[in-house]
Amino acid sequence: MIKTVDLHKSFIIEGQPEPLHVLKGVNEHIEKGEVVSIIGPSGGGKSTFLRCLNLLEVPEKGQIFFEGVDITAKGIDIDVHRQKMGMVFQHFNVFPHLSVAENITLAPVLTKKKTQAEADEMAKELLARVGLLDKWSEHPGRLSGGQKQRLAIVRALAMEPDVMLFDEPTSALDPEMVGEVLDVIKDLVKSGMTCVIVTHEMGFCREVSDRVLFMDGGNIAEEGTPEQVFNHPQNPRTAEFLSKVLY
Amino acid sequence: MSFFSNIVKIMSKYWRVFLIRGVGYTLALTSITVFFGAILGIFICLARMSKSKVLNSIALNLGEIVRGTPMLLQLYVFYLGLPRLFPGIPTFVSVSIGFILNSACYVSEVFRSGIQAVDKGQTEAARSLGLSGKQTMTKIVLPQAIKNILPALGNEFITITKDTSLASTFFVGEVMTSYLIVKGNTFLTMECLFIVAVIYYVMTLILNRVVGRMERRMRTSD
Repeated sequence: MIKTVDLHKSFIIEGQPEPLHVLKGVNEHIEKGEVVSIIGPSGGGKSTFLRCLNLLEVPEKGQIFFEGVDITAKGIDIDVHRQKMGMVFQHFNVFPHLSVAENITLAPVLTKKKTQAEADEMAKELLARVGLLDKWSEHPGRLSGGQKQRLAIVRALAMEPDVMLFDEPTSALDPEMVGEVLDVIKDLVKSGMTCVIVTHEMGFCREVSDRVLFMDGGNIAEEGTPEQVFNHPQNPRTAEFLSKVLY
Repeated sequence: MSFFSNIVKIMSKYWRVFLIRGVGYTLALTSITVFFGAILGIFICLARMSKSKVLNSIALNLGEIVRGTPMLLQLYVFYLGLPRLFPGIPTFVSVSIGFILNSACYVSEVFRSGIQAVDKGQTEAARSLGLSGKQTMTKIVLPQAIKNILPALGNEFITITKDTSLASTFFVGEVMTSYLIVKGNTFLTMECLFIVAVIYYVMTLILNRVVGRMERRMRTSD
């Protein structure tokens, strides 16, 4: 479903003579229906890799194939492909000037995927699924962090994406709200959605992932089933990272 | 107390000149300037923020010229220049265009800071849903930016109300022109100035209240 070939990305940092080389030739293939978690130390390139997948960051070298199409090719209308890739951010990024319902229906209606009535119908269904139906006409300012993130998830789902990208979806949440968001993601995983999840929630990662990628130093240092990566890490850096992380 | 009795006399004879004609022209000129200035300002701001180097440098230079030269001089240029290009153009129109361009350049900077104050995550979220850059701007960024800039835009409205007095140089008919007319007829300079000062003060006071109320309403809708 998503395949990256020799992905390179650097950031120019003001005041630094050398650009920071964040991704150093990442090759990865994510299959349809797979749940892939990405773990690793800060600065290892996890988020950058995820953000490259829908071209929020444009890699300077390498290719990304999404459903067989090279989306890094010139002349590609990336908007069309992004409509099939949902993304959930660490800081929710819900639209504060729109109501909960409008947050969900805006994109499907604007991209002409649905009429307003169809979108409303779907929004009702999605909000009921995550227990937010009573917030229909509220503005996001009145929601808690966990509620905002659940809203952000169903906002992405309203576009009926083929894959969901999660960028540390619980890192900005108060501890007591982490569970409610993880439950929504677990439900999504059960429904068979292809998911790529950057996370620091190791217990959750172990539970839901088909495959775990350990990213360090701009590349995938180790990958395997949760059992392999967590219990029998081959790479000493993986072992060291896991020994420092509490879960 | 001949000062105040003179004012009463002036007002009883010339109140139409001050309050109908003068205030009418001032409000018309101000509204036209703010309305079209804001629209033109959005375009200048978008040009300033666009990736195109040509648009970018046009907007940048225009802004610097307008902010680096006196407004009165700019008004002269339009007052004298436009009739050469379009013979028969009314003075009110050419002076208005001068005001609009001036205001647009100031407002474009206000817009720019308002847009930049909108969290980058909003754009990323909108684009990740598959919205185009244009849709993201009009549906997500601008509505939030307008809330940020409303106070500054209100202040611009009030500043322009006072700045329109410069149009009296060309006898456009706003409040300061009324002063010139009535002073010319009565030779009571200080009395006329006092009347005009009160009129401007009351106008800006009311505008201040209106802007304040709008701001509060915007804030509660969050």
